[in-house]
Formats: sequence, structure tokens, C-alpha cells
Amino acid sequence: MKKKSIFKTFISEIPQNLFAGFVVSLIALPLGLGLALASGAPPISGIIAAIVGGTVVSLIGGSNVTITGPGNGLVVVILAAITTLGNGDMHQGFLFTLAAIVISGIIMIILGFLRMGSLGDFFPSSAIQGMLAAIGIGIFAKQIHVMLGNTAAKGSIVELLLQLPEGILNLIKTDNSSIFYAGIIGLISLLIMIFYGKIRNRYFQLIPAPMWIVVLSVAMYYYFDVFSTSDYPIHKNLLINLPNDILSNFAFPDFSKMYELSFINAVISITLIASIESLLSIKAVDKLDPLKRRSNVNKDIRALGLATVISGFLGGLNVVTVIARSSVNVNNNGSNRSANLFHAGFLLAFILLFATELRKIPLPALAAILVFTGYKLASPENIRKVFRVGKEQLIIFLVTLFTTITTSLITGILVGILITLIIHIIINQKASLFFKNILKPNVLMFKEDQKYYVSVKHFSSFLNYTKLKSKLNQIPETEEAIIDFSMCDFVDNSVMENMNNYAETFARNGGHFEVIGLDDSRSASDHPFALRKIIPKQIKKRNRVLTKRQKSLEKISKDMHWKYDAFSEQEMKELPTFGYFKNKRINKVSNVLSNEDCTIFDVQFSEGEMIAKQVIKATMLHIHTKKEIPFFTLDKEGIFEYILDFAGYRDIDIENHPDFSKRFYLSGKNEEKIRTFFTNKLVLFFESNKQYHIEASENGLLIIGNERFASVKEIKALAYFGISLQKII
Amino acid sequence: MQKIDKILIGVAFSPNLKPNIFEAVRLANIFDAELVGVHVGEKTDQKITDLNALLEETETLNKNFKVIWQEGKPVDVILETCTNENINLLILGALQQENLFKYYVGSIARKITRKAPCSVLLLIKPSVIRHVCKHIVVNGLSDNKTEETIKTSFFVAKKLNCKKITIVEEIKQEELHIKVNDDISLRRANIAKERIKTREDRRVKSILKEIDCSNLSVKTQSIFGKRGYSIGHYAKLKRADLLVMNAQSKLGILDRIFPHDIEYILSELPTDVLIVK
Repeated sequence: MKKKSIFKTFISEIPQNLFAGFVVSLIALPLGLGLALASGAPPISGIIAAIVGGTVVSLIGGSNVTITGPGNGLVVVILAAITTLGNGDMHQGFLFTLAAIVISGIIMIILGFLRMGSLGDFFPSSAIQGMLAAIGIGIFAKQIHVMLGNTAAKGSIVELLLQLPEGILNLIKTDNSSIFYAGIIGLISLLIMIFYGKIRNRYFQLIPAPMWIVVLSVAMYYYFDVFSTSDYPIHKNLLINLPNDILSNFAFPDFSKMYELSFINAVISITLIASIESLLSIKAVDKLDPLKRRSNVNKDIRALGLATVISGFLGGLNVVTVIARSSVNVNNNGSNRSANLFHAGFLLAFILLFATELRKIPLPALAAILVFTGYKLASPENIRKVFRVGKEQLIIFLVTLFTTITTSLITGILVGILITLIIHIIINQKASLFFKNILKPNVLMFKEDQKYYVSVKHFSSFLNYTKLKSKLNQIPETEEAIIDFSMCDFVDNSVMENMNNYAETFARNGGHFEVIGLDDSRSASDHPFALRKIIPKQIKKRNRVLTKRQKSLEKISKDMHWKYDAFSEQEMKELPTFGYFKNKRINKVSNVLSNEDCTIFDVQFSEGEMIAKQVIKATMLHIHTKKEIPFFTLDKEGIFEYILDFAGYRDIDIENHPDFSKRFYLSGKNEEKIRTFFTNKLVLFFESNKQYHIEASENGLLIIGNERFASVKEIKALAYFGISLQKII
Repeated sequence: MQKIDKILIGVAFSPNLKPNIFEAVRLANIFDAELVGVHVGEKTDQKITDLNALLEETETLNKNFKVIWQEGKPVDVILETCTNENINLLILGALQQENLFKYYVGSIARKITRKAPCSVLLLIKPSVIRHVCKHIVVNGLSDNKTEETIKTSFFVAKKLNCKKITIVEEIKQEELHIKVNDDISLRRANIAKERIKTREDRRVKSILKEIDCSNLSVKTQSIFGKRGYSIGHYAKLKRADLLVMNAQSKLGILDRIFPHDIEYILSELPTDVLIVK
């Protein structure tokens, strides 16, 4: 019975997963090509990795909504491997690297079976941040030259960065029209990437930014080909190079260097980065999953390993779990692993059907996508986040960053671990605390009065976090858990960060997770609390001069006899219950106007991760209704809804109001209740007023105008709309 | 054990002597036992007067107090005396780590504990004034010595007028046989845990049947974790006043290198510990 219903839901969810897989494949195509190019590998290898990854991991993986394919982090490692192993011969180097990829895949499988999937937990979080930032800078430094039309730039990361001003000058001065046009395309592509998130048009947003770049550059080629008399200005060596017969030209790994030190080095770095990137992504995607499922990390690592081995033998790159594409999947209502499979299928179709068109994509356009990716990895925002945790974290971050840039990844992360340990010892002024207690089973968990109680002794840091984690993972997220650090002399920020994540997960699943014992005065005076400081969810109120908008809002609130507050805790809690925020994360609620039942506020939230991340600010109205109302969403009817219709959503028509049914798109679970709720009066009200996006949940009605902050005038209109609507209900 | 009629205390003329003697005399009176003191070293008049002066200050002993003066290696002397005098309980004082509220057992006391033929009571802070024992934690391992240990703890609890006993069943993580990977395995693991817990509870209950539990609040608590270590952690967390443990069967050289059970407790005393033999 149960099995049948699982099967039924699976079938009924196929359309929405097919759609999600399609959108993901739109972003995966340019990214796959670009990441492979940036790695110094043939562009097709990135697509192979995505196709193999999507197929294998969706069939035997352990996660739910993740998307797999070539990863950002590996770009730097694979590029280094190809150059060092090939001694200048890029093609031969690639074959050696493929062998390294295969071996690293085998190691991943073994790690998965040994349940060592938690490899990433042994690294302090600031060091990992530093390493990722270094990877970002590495990608940025190399690709910005390609973006400016110069594919020949060579040197270390620092040298490449120093050459940047010269590169820009060269582009302006160049008399080579091919390079000039290519550079311009690169710059335009970068602008598309940057400003994509700012344009909140849903037809425009249907195609991800990287795909717009591909579409536009292919369109430009056809413009020159069909309409313009002049030739396509970009030379062939600045265009993507795909093999003529895609299905038969597989590169095969060359294992002849297997026992050389440089080869082993490459294998270690590839495995390290692949597992860290995958783990971080799986963790982050689990937080986005609307169905709140828990991924089986070790099973996923095994699947990724197997996919990597197959991909390597077919001449593809490593397969890792990727955060940006996974977040796009979630945002487009991907609900199970089939989305990953569909994404692979669409990619295969693209590469077979549109190979000719894809060959017209200029390299600088793809490089622009990577420049943006690199920037996102190393963005100042990340550095600020690290700094907010503490000064010592910034030291760890920067030391890891610079060591990684100037030497290699492995040295970088090792130095990062070392410096973290040294800093911890300096803070505690005692090394014995760590060395004496590191092997002790310092975590005690027991169940008492239906609560899980976890007590940690001695110290808790990245060194022994796995012990704590293995206990915490045994607690169902719907239960109540208390974590007591009062017997700990020291808790580091990697642990605190994880505790914070657990608290979030528990809250999402209806459980409760509380950390206690850190405000003990004795230990607080012994150690700086920076290392145990939790990043506040709501940005603290600062005493600053109100902006003009804030002032006029205050004035309106006086005129209307409403109350004005700078922030609202209540809304932060209630908003996530609305379906609209299902896959969005709320950062801040501010400028709150309220009377007893209605609240108008500005909300800042984000959707997606990494390059697909968009921060959106909007003004909304929240009505706390007195009587119970059915769950529904009401929206303007448009083409978009036909697509949604196709993806398994249904429009509820209200009888006797054909005009209303035509203009509005109404959906919800309980059709009957909704029909009775929409009385003639209410329908008439909606017909005669401005159309908003309206959602109902147990906490009342949420009314959204545009996905941006409303002007003072619009706020007035919204308030009036709210008051009248409330009267009718 | 269950019957304490002869208590042995080591007499070393250190600053701790006074509280040690006070505790020993107090315990001897509570259990209505004879007290034997042993001093490893020379017998001098000065020492005798000092000791007598101390005994003057304590409450009067119900039974007699005998002091044995013998030279030799401390460990050997004390162990020999235990056997010769048919001692039931040996009292040892623990050391405190400098500036920290952590207690451990010195190397000599540790050797004695390992080899002692009788039960051993390790006191973390012997005091002149009596502190009341409110909560006893006792291990409920599935071991053939456990029954005796639990009975002893009830005996001690009655004598000390302690009102609360918690029997802790330490269950090895490995017994679960299920690794938690995702929601399904988590649910399975929790069901398995409940099953093991019921099983262990039943075992302990069958022991408790034979014991008179009136006037006592008895609780059972199962813990999944390293044997020996987690019970100490639990005792400390619950601020128990006495932890009662089984003695170890035999300790080989490997047990020292890879400490477990009692060795954990010895390196980090959570509270007063009674090791029952």
C-alpha cells in the first residue's frame, strides 16, 4: 500500500522534475564547458562528467535533490595536474590526469565504504573557507585574461593578477579585431552575470544567466552569418572546440605515470577537493530541501566515486555534488533524484543536437561565467563573514588563502590546520588540553524524560568534532536535544558553526536543539568568546540616522495611526510558514508598519547558492486573519502558469466568474473549501483592485506586490488594499 | 562484598592525613567496622604522638584501631596487609590536579587499586566535616559481577542514608549493529536502541527483585558509549556523590596502553569511587 503511494507520488512528480532537470541542464551546459576549459581540459570532458554523474548518482546515490557534475573547486587542481604531469604537453597531461581522476574515484568509493565520508569534518571551517577563496582567486586570475580575449596569459596566480591592468590596456589598444570583439563579448557576458539577479522578470528568469550568454552569442553568430555582410569577427581559435564525432572520440586515461610522486600528489589533491566540495554541497543542499530529507552521505560519496571512475574512463572530469546547480534544481521544484537524471538526459540531447551551434560560443563568454564564479568564491562578503566570527579566524583564513595561492592546495590546507591548532593552543595557553584529550571519547549522550541530552567534555574543536557529530546524527530531528558544553574548556568556531546548522535543521523539522553551558562565567573569562560566538540571525540594530524613506514611512504610520518599528522578530518566525518562502532564506525583516492585524514590512531574502544566488528585497503585507482560511495562492494568470500547469499544478476555476478565472490563477490543496471561501463579494473585490500575489497559510494572508521594495506611495496603496480586504473577509 | 567489618587506611604523614583519618573513622563507625592503619616507614615516637593527637580530635571509634608499622615498598606492604588482616575495604585518597577541579589517582594508588584483593574506595576530597551522600551511581553492565556490585551499592546506600540510586547500563555502540546514514536507518537504529534498552532494563529489574528497595528512589538509565568512560562522565554530570563499579577481572599490559573501564575512571575521577571486589 505504502509502496504504491510512493510510486504514485514519484509518477505524479515526474513532470515537475522533468522541468527542473531541463532548467538545470540550461545552466549545466555552459558551466560544464567553461569549467572544463578553465581546467585546461577539452570542453567536452565537463559535459561527460555531468552526463555520467547525473546518470550514475541519480541511480545509486543517497541524496535527494542534489545535482552532480564537474565542480568549481577542482578547476585549479586539475589545471595544475595537467600542466605538471604533461610537462607542457596539454593533451598528454590530460590523459595522465584522467588516470588520476579514475584512481581518485576508486579512493572515493573506498572512503564511502569505510564510512569516511566525513573527511571534511577534520578541517577547520575557516581554513576551508580560505582554501575555497584561494580556488576562487585562482579561477578568477586565469579566466579574466581569457575573458579579455587573451588565451595565452601564463604564470602563477599572483603574476596573472599583476598582469591584469596590462591585459585591459592591451584589449583597448589592440588592432586585432577578433580579440577586440571577443573581449567585448566577454565583458557583456560578465555584465549579464552580474545584473541577471536584478531583473525580476519571470520570463527572463526562466532561462538561467549562463544560458542567456550562450543563447546570445549563438544568436550573434547567426546574425553575422545570415544578415550581416561582414564575416564573423571572432577567429576560430577563440571559439569552443568540440570533437567532430562526439560519440566516438573518447579520450582514454594513461596510467603509465602511476607510481610517480607528482601523480600521487595529483590524486590526493583531486580526492581531497572532490570530497570536501561534495560534502559541503550535500550539507548545504539538505538545508534547501523543501521535504527536509536527510542525505546518506556515504552512499552518495560511493556513487560519486563510481561516477568519477566511469567519467574518467570516458575522458570526463571528476564528478562532484555542486551547490549552484542543485539550488537551481530546488528552486524549480525538483523533488527527487530523477531531476538529476533528466538533467543528464537533456545535456546529452543538447550536445548531440546542437553541437554545431555550441561550436560558435566564444571562449571569453564562458570565461565570464567563470570569472563570476571565481569572484563569488572569494567575494569580500565571504571575508567579512569570517571576520565577523573573530579576528583569529581572519588570520587562519588569510594564512590559508596566501599559502594556497603561492604554493599548492595540499600545503595550503595543511598550513591552515596547523595555524588553527597553534591559535587554539595560544588562546588556551595550554597544548596539553588538546594532546591529552584528543583520543578520549569525550561525548556522552543519553535520553532522559523524552529529551536527548548530550554532554561534551574537555574540548570540542575540529580535531574531535566527528565524535560529537556521530552522536548528534543519531537524534531524530523532530525531537528535543540539549547540548551541554559546560564541561568543555574550549569550543571552537567550526563546532559552533555546526551547532548552528543543527539548530536550523531541527527548527525546520519541528524539533528543538539547544546549546547550553557556554555562558558559564568562569570559562568565559578564561577564554575569549569569539570562538564560541554564534553569528546572530538578525543583524543587530544600529543607531544611525534614518533614511528619507524610513522617515516618510514613519510619517505615514503616524498619519494612519499605525506603529513603526525598525525590526520584527515575530515576522522572522512566521514568514517561513508561507509557501512562497519554501526555498528562500530570509535574512532580514525591517521597516515594519503595523496596526493590530496588518503588518507591512521590507524583507530581504535570498534564493539559490553560489553563482545562482540572488538576494531579493521586497515589500510585503501580512494580515493576521481572525477566522480560519484555507491554504491557497492567488496570482495573475499568464503564460507562466501554463508551464506550471504542465508541471503538475492546477488552476481552480470559480463557477459563475469566468472573468475572474481567466484573469487569476488560483491554486491550493482543498478545492472545496477554497471555492466556498471565495464568495461573490471577495471575487468582485479582487476583480476591481490591483492584482497582487496572495498566499494564505495558518498565519494569515501574505500579499506581495513586486519583488522589490515598494515606494512610499505603493505602500499606502498596499495598506489600503489590506484594510479593505480584511473588512471583506 | 556486602559486609564491611575491617577497613584499612594508609597513614602517610602528609597534609592530607587529618581529613583522611577523619573520613576513615567516620566510615568505620557507619559500617561498625574495625579500622586498621598501615604506615610504610620507620616507627618513631613523633609519629605516634601526632597520630594519637589526631585521633583525639575525631569522634570516638566504636571498635578498636590498630596501626601497623612496616618498612618496604608501599604497594607491596599495603597489599600484603590487606591479605593478612582480611581487610574488606581499602580507602585511598586521590590527588588533585594543580589549579583544576580534576582529580586523579597517583601511580602508587593506581597499582594498589589494580591488584587489591578487596574493595577499594577512592576519595577525591576527604574532609574533616562530613558531607552527605545524596546520589549513588552504580554500573549495571551485563557482567556476572554486576549483581554483587548492585547489592553492595544498596547496602552502602542504606548505611550512608542515601536516598537516590541510579543504575547505569552502559551499552556499547557496536551492539547496535546499525549505522545511521539517513532517515530510514535512523529510525531503525532508534527502534533497535529501544529494544536493547528494554532488554537491559529487564535484566537489571531481575536483579532488583531480590533487593529491598524501600525508602530509595531507584532509576535506570541506559547510555550508549565507551564502557567505563561514559559512566564517569554521567556521574560527574549528575553530580553523584559516589560511583560504584565492578572490579576488573584481569588487567594485562594491553589494557594500560589502551585504557578502558576502570582505567578511564582512575585517570580522571569524576567523584568518590567504590570499586567492588
